[in-house]
Amino acid sequence: MSEAIVKLHYDIDAEDFTTAGEASSGVKKTLTRLGVNHEVIKRVAIAMYEAEINAVIHANGGTADVEITPERVTVIIADNGPGIPDLDQAMTPGWSTATNLVREMGFGAGMGLPNMKRYTDEMYVDSKVGVGTKVTLIVNMNRQGA
Amino acid sequence: MTVKEVAEKLGLTVLTGEGEKEITGFYSCDLLSWVISHAKAGDMWVTVMNNINILAVASLVDVACIVIPEGVEIYDNLAERANEKGITILATELSAADVIIRSSDAVRGIDA
Ligand SMILES: Nc1ncnc2c1ncn2[C@@H]1O[C@H](COP(=O)(O)OP(=O)(O)O)[C@@H](O)[C@H]1O
Ligand SMILES: [Mg+2]
Repeated sequence: MSEAIVKLHYDIDAEDFTTAGEASSGVKKTLTRLGVNHEVIKRVAIAMYEAEINAVIHANGGTADVEITPERVTVIIADNGPGIPDLDQAMTPGWSTATNLVREMGFGAGMGLPNMKRYTDEMYVDSKVGVGTKVTLIVNMNRQGA
Repeated sequence: MTVKEVAEKLGLTVLTGEGEKEITGFYSCDLLSWVISHAKAGDMWVTVMNNINILAVASLVDVACIVIPEGVEIYDNLAERANEKGITILATELSAADVIIRSSDAVRGIDA
């Protein structure tokens, strides 16, 4: 891929759930066009999709900022939603406060944050109750170790 | 075998898309977090979910097609968006298990 740094910005709209996943799809397309390794694309797509969906279903939407460098892909998803009161609990596989309506749409398995952790090299959650949540996801182009 | 060929063989309805992708595996689940992390590119993905969110998952995973089994209703807006995105949706009265067993036989050249 080229040595240039690519920056992307998306607004994540929560209007009616129907555009959820569009930012992630856009990033996947860009990474594919840049010729990035398939495994890296897959990991970014999974982690970013989960963060994007969380902004939609738990926080009434937000923003996505993506930076692609020759070394890594960094995705920052930020929202002004309710925040996460207990992050350890939220990180527990299966834990979810999703509503029934959201569950009926196939979300709310409680696997979002665990998936983000599993598929990234670094993940940071910065959340304050009543203020919002910022999730930073980093996937290295060349994975260190396993 | 392509989606179209399998659909023809089994009598599945091609609702959207061209069905030109090769089927290289099978996956069935309705929880989108499981699908996005466990389904593989080229899979035939069987789900009773019929809302628009399955399309983003299908394109992120790059599945060969979506199959909506058991005669679950498919609304126009889903079909329209799937056509726009070039995603093939198949519809059938068969159960998820039957679709996968029969499609797998077809792909492996086993005559039912
Ligand atoms: N952006 C967010 N804003 C507020 N709460 C969140 C956010 N992301 C996650 N959470 C909380 O953490 C829980 C677990 O998240 P996750 O693992 O993605 O599972 P799920 O989204 O299926 O509920 C959510 O149910 C919710 O309570
Ligand atoms: Mg989630």
